[in-house]
Amino acid sequence: MKAIIALEDGRTFTGRSFTGPGEAVGEIVFNTGMTGYQEILTDPSYRGQIVTMTYPLIGNYGVNAADMESDAIHPGAFLVKEYNPVPSNFRSQGTLADFLRQHRVLGVEGLDTRAVTRHIRQGGALKGIVSTLDLDPASLVRRAQEWPGLVGHDMVSDVTCAAPYGWADNRPRPGTDFQTAAPGKYLVVAFDFGLKYNQLRLLTDRGCRVQVVPAQTTAREVLAMNPDGIFLSNGPGDPAGVPGVVDTMRELLGKKPIFGICLGHQILGLAYGGLTYKLKFGHRGSNQPVKDLLTGKIEITAQNHGFCVDFASLNPNEVELTHVNLNDNSVEGMRHLKYPAFSVQYHPENAPGPHDSLYLFDRFLDMMRG
Amino acid sequence: MPKRTDIKKILILGSGPIIISQACEFDYSGTQAVKALKEEGYQVVLINSNPATIMTDPEIADKTYVEPITPEMVAKVIEKERPDALLPTLGGQTGLNTALRVAEMGVLERFGVEMLAANVEVIKKAEGRDLFRAAMRKIGLNVPESAIVHRLEEVKAAGEEIGFPIIVRPSFTLGGTGGGVAYNHQELEALCAAGLDLSLNSEVMLERSLLGWKEYELEVMRDQKDNVVIICSIENFDAMGVHTGDSITVAPAQTLTDREYQAMRDASIAIMREIGVETGGSNVQFAVNPKNGELVVIEMNPRVSRSSALASKATGFPIAKIAAKLAVGYTLDEIRNDITRETFASFEPSIDYCVVKIPRWTFEKFPEAEDILSTAMKSVGETMAIGRTFKEAFQKGMRSLEIGATGFGAGPKFNHASLSRLDLERGLHTPNSQRLFFLHEALRREMPIDEIHRLTAIDPWFLRHLKQITDLELVIHQAGFAGLDRELMHRAKQYGFSDQQLAYLTGTSSDDIRERRTQHGIRAVYKLVDTCAAEFEAFTPYYYSTFEEENEARPSDQQKVMILGGGPNRIGQGIEFDYCCVHAAFALKELGLQSIMVNSNPETVSTDYDTSDKLYFEPLTLEDVLNIIHTESPLGVIVQFGGQTPLNLADGLHRAGVNILGTSVDSIDRAEDRQRFQQFLQKLGLLQPENGTARTPEEAMSIAERITYPVVVRPSYVLGGRAMRIVYNQRDLESYMRTAIEVSSEHPILIDKFLKEAVEVDVDAISDGETTIIGAIMQHIEEAGIHSGDSACVLPPHTLSPAMLSQIKAATKAMARELKVIGLMNIQYAVKDEVLYVLEVNPRASRTVPFVSKATGVPLAKLATKVMLGKKLAELGLTREVEITHYAVKEAVFPFDRFANVDTLLGPEMKSTGEVMGVDTNVGLAFAKAQLAAGQKIPASGSVLISVRHNDKPVILPTAQRLSALGFKILATANTAQFLADHGVPCTKVNKISEGRPHILDMIKDKKIQWIINTSMGTRTTEDSYTIRRSALDYHIPYSTTTAGAESMVMAIGALLGKEMEVRALQDYFQ
Repeated sequence: MKAIIALEDGRTFTGRSFTGPGEAVGEIVFNTGMTGYQEILTDPSYRGQIVTMTYPLIGNYGVNAADMESDAIHPGAFLVKEYNPVPSNFRSQGTLADFLRQHRVLGVEGLDTRAVTRHIRQGGALKGIVSTLDLDPASLVRRAQEWPGLVGHDMVSDVTCAAPYGWADNRPRPGTDFQTAAPGKYLVVAFDFGLKYNQLRLLTDRGCRVQVVPAQTTAREVLAMNPDGIFLSNGPGDPAGVPGVVDTMRELLGKKPIFGICLGHQILGLAYGGLTYKLKFGHRGSNQPVKDLLTGKIEITAQNHGFCVDFASLNPNEVELTHVNLNDNSVEGMRHLKYPAFSVQYHPENAPGPHDSLYLFDRFLDMMRG
Repeated sequence: MPKRTDIKKILILGSGPIIISQACEFDYSGTQAVKALKEEGYQVVLINSNPATIMTDPEIADKTYVEPITPEMVAKVIEKERPDALLPTLGGQTGLNTALRVAEMGVLERFGVEMLAANVEVIKKAEGRDLFRAAMRKIGLNVPESAIVHRLEEVKAAGEEIGFPIIVRPSFTLGGTGGGVAYNHQELEALCAAGLDLSLNSEVMLERSLLGWKEYELEVMRDQKDNVVIICSIENFDAMGVHTGDSITVAPAQTLTDREYQAMRDASIAIMREIGVETGGSNVQFAVNPKNGELVVIEMNPRVSRSSALASKATGFPIAKIAAKLAVGYTLDEIRNDITRETFASFEPSIDYCVVKIPRWTFEKFPEAEDILSTAMKSVGETMAIGRTFKEAFQKGMRSLEIGATGFGAGPKFNHASLSRLDLERGLHTPNSQRLFFLHEALRREMPIDEIHRLTAIDPWFLRHLKQITDLELVIHQAGFAGLDRELMHRAKQYGFSDQQLAYLTGTSSDDIRERRTQHGIRAVYKLVDTCAAEFEAFTPYYYSTFEEENEARPSDQQKVMILGGGPNRIGQGIEFDYCCVHAAFALKELGLQSIMVNSNPETVSTDYDTSDKLYFEPLTLEDVLNIIHTESPLGVIVQFGGQTPLNLADGLHRAGVNILGTSVDSIDRAEDRQRFQQFLQKLGLLQPENGTARTPEEAMSIAERITYPVVVRPSYVLGGRAMRIVYNQRDLESYMRTAIEVSSEHPILIDKFLKEAVEVDVDAISDGETTIIGAIMQHIEEAGIHSGDSACVLPPHTLSPAMLSQIKAATKAMARELKVIGLMNIQYAVKDEVLYVLEVNPRASRTVPFVSKATGVPLAKLATKVMLGKKLAELGLTREVEITHYAVKEAVFPFDRFANVDTLLGPEMKSTGEVMGVDTNVGLAFAKAQLAAGQKIPASGSVLISVRHNDKPVILPTAQRLSALGFKILATANTAQFLADHGVPCTKVNKISEGRPHILDMIKDKKIQWIINTSMGTRTTEDSYTIRRSALDYHIPYSTTTAGAESMVMAIGALLGKEMEVRALQDYFQ
């Protein structure tokens, strides 16, 4: 089934749907990871986006229950060079096409994904639309232009959990006040801005008892649970578009140790009084080199972000730059000099991606130990 | 961390001659490393005995020792040069083992030389099986159940404990030599006996067989601050049980989820740390149980390897260059990525294409050897192809092999339609060089994928893709030319089908397909290899073709010249031709012209993105080359340098209107076409051996009768003497005609009178169309009839008369003039009774060009490039022949030890894989060095066994006399002993095998023989003499199979007894 991809600047590409009819609008981004398409699809940070994989052969190892990073697929559509319908892997429980169809997400193959990537690299992340229903390029381009985009919008409310839950037995268990969470030495409240399950798995593995709360949970509610630490997850869209949470973080700052990842890191940046900006086309992949300025060591990181903290907007007497991206020198991590709070822009929980940055979870534990 | 300033001079060991499992990848990595170190201001001293390498070009290192890579010679170089450090990780297993031995001799300590990148402990831990296994256990990684044996008596018990089948791997050998799979105790004992002998430390590992498991490799880099990155993952198409060098491999890994891939990545990093590789690249091999994902570590190489060369080409990340910089103290984040310029080496390449490597074998050269692939590597070369899908890359790889396949099936050759079901299953089940063609046949017969998987253990993922290809093949066949619409054609091209395949399937010609394709607007586009999947802008123009939307090729308006490379290495066409192509690129740069390299061989320097201005990593077929020409519009194409591969394309390119630079296509044809060549020689009044051309056995018989036996027979248009034989009688000729005509049905068989006991002479010359200068006259050691590539030779000629030399020069110049040669030419002559015969004229670069250039200091290939572009030799400063005051000896290196049951006799069909050069002011020492470099031991005392055929007896007499005078004890078989005794040479008669024990074999085993001289008629005349030669090889006893070879060896022994060998850098010969 023919599918057309149209971008707001008028460029179109033609492909074939491998999941049947459908349509999606969103910001077109590319991910350079060569493995991990299932984890990418289930990463809530991709909400509002259309994801192109730069690696051309996708579907090779199917999908399985253990590699879910949330309970849904978040990108509006998935663009690949060649879809492989017959997986080969001992863990495979189904095909990618079926998985996409179950979640009513459009999968398109047969397009020149490298051309798409180069176009985004040169023109920046663009608004786009993918459709098998409307095959009129002019109409599609117009509709892409009409979509409001991600800047200034609250995407978090689409993906945050409706109700609090505890993490136990490798799955969410609805409940409050740590009652349903697996036992652990340290009580951690995790703000769900669109979190990935592996963050919870890693905290739990390290002896944390994890209570997940919706993004709009107040500081008072959190402090009432008297946690040992507060975890801020990743999430989609523009941090400046998420109402209220920056204030919440300001209230929590200094009260408990805080560890933020990705959107959580950006929200902390805003809470510290700084600014964020949109990168030209973002960092999405599993090969981004980051230098830990505290140790001088390099870690290869998984990343997925379109916005970034502007370090110059922060008070250097209060906030220290701890990690930088070696490709473009952008801010990858910071810590507060007065309060126990630190954060990274990338994804130390990986899934998908290298395991080089797991030490950050240990740092969080150290911080909670005092 | 900045580079180290406490070291100034660094010694690098090369890998020596090209052998199976050590090919030009180490020239590629060595050259990169030397350049990188010089760029940093270090003085670099290099030892490599292989003259055909770029790394031994005098301008690459500061001091270049073309000397044998033996611990003793390395020690001499160290004593002379006093380097501060030794970098042992670039010269393959040879470099690593030699460095280890040098360290163990105490030489490094004595002269205060530091080992960089990997010290002795690291090498031992990685290479010694016991230590490695203990290390893996320590970090919680699984290794296959196994046992180490040092003595044959331990084998049985170990075998019982592990259970069959068992993999046998000797420690410290090249490419798993001597290894194999044993299914019972008897096989186990045999393999262990051979393995213990081959192992440098008499150690053999027996291992649980993981046959059928999936095999993966990761290329890892570490810097001194313990930053570790993975450059590339590789998944083998062939399951465990086939040596990775013989496996089709695919990058990146295809069937691993991120979780499994990361587990492998974690393991690789842990291994790097535990083994303690300080800096540089390593390669880790894993096996994975396809049923449950169980991960097992197979081995790690603490050095750059064939796989790292492949990974470099597959990703664009220059592993060896970066490894060299890390070795002198830089960290990954301090080294810029050349390709993106804005990013650093501290990242992991992301690729947005699929890479397929396919090995190339030469079982046809060794008909006695069984075509079975196992844990000992047998392939002599490989090709790599890049495509946007596996199907595309795979089909491109198939046609890049240059074996007559135009892709995966859909061609006239390799048809197995008539194969029985049983034979087909056998061909699938036991890995062999033809298995891909059996796979095609199985798919064509609609054998279910499950069943093919059961038979081959090849992952269903790969099989599924192959099936998609054969399914489309059927669709195209059914559609026919009429049904080949735009959509179908586009799909076919995206599946990697060549125009030739489409022509075959639709019963048309490639030209028809090309025309239709152009009408449909389907053209190849070019994408960049950029290390980063287009995330950053790339500056290094390294391209591959595909059939998609966007074309990234950006032809400049500068003047450009295209160089066609030689494709995958094979016997007869290898590194020597790549050397010439690289020099062409260098010369173009000097002329201010842009160079465009086209090649498909990932092992080479020519496919380094640094070598030329643009690199197209593409199959060398007419279609693929024309596609690039249409994109780039070069002013001309150089076809003289890449061996037969580009020469075979010359005619098609010429007809397509492409400008062939240098000698015209017509002149090439005049030298290659038998009839025209004869007229050409007659015109010049030159002689050739009596000859004729036969298309039928009857014709052949009558020609042979006319010119009288023995005759040399061969198919026309071949390189490396493929299927060339000396035939002594009618019966042999009949049988040859039956098999040879199958070899080449379209081309006739050439029959020449064989000149017995003639001296063969090789001449390389260069001409600008007006002036011809002789590059060198080389006198072969072995007599005519032995392929020039297999014969040792001496430069300058040591026994030819001055009159003969001037006659040779005059003839060469006359032929160059008549052929209007512009560029290089090579002529083979035979001299018999002071009469000069012309055997062959090749108006192209020959295999000896690099040897001649190294020996004389004249860069022939560079000069030839300039001449092809209109320069005159006089302008270039070459006005007369160069006279040298030293001797250079070239010796060939053979792969006989890789193939059981193969005779070591030399003949007109080339069998050597590589060559070495020995250079000295004394001809005997030059010969001795060549022998040592080729791996031959030179006895200083002891017993010599002489057993020669009747005609050779008088010829061998002076050699025997000399040996006796030098204090050797002479042993001889009955007839030879009688002859020698009659002529006053004291000798002891020994029993042939058929004469009862103790016989020769017993003495060989007891190490009572130090050298064997054994000659025999052209074929395996007697089983006895074959057994002698083969045992000599298997027991590593020096042997000579020609009287001339023996004579030279005596000269070497004499020279060595008289004088200590000295080392001298190439640069010092030309001061």
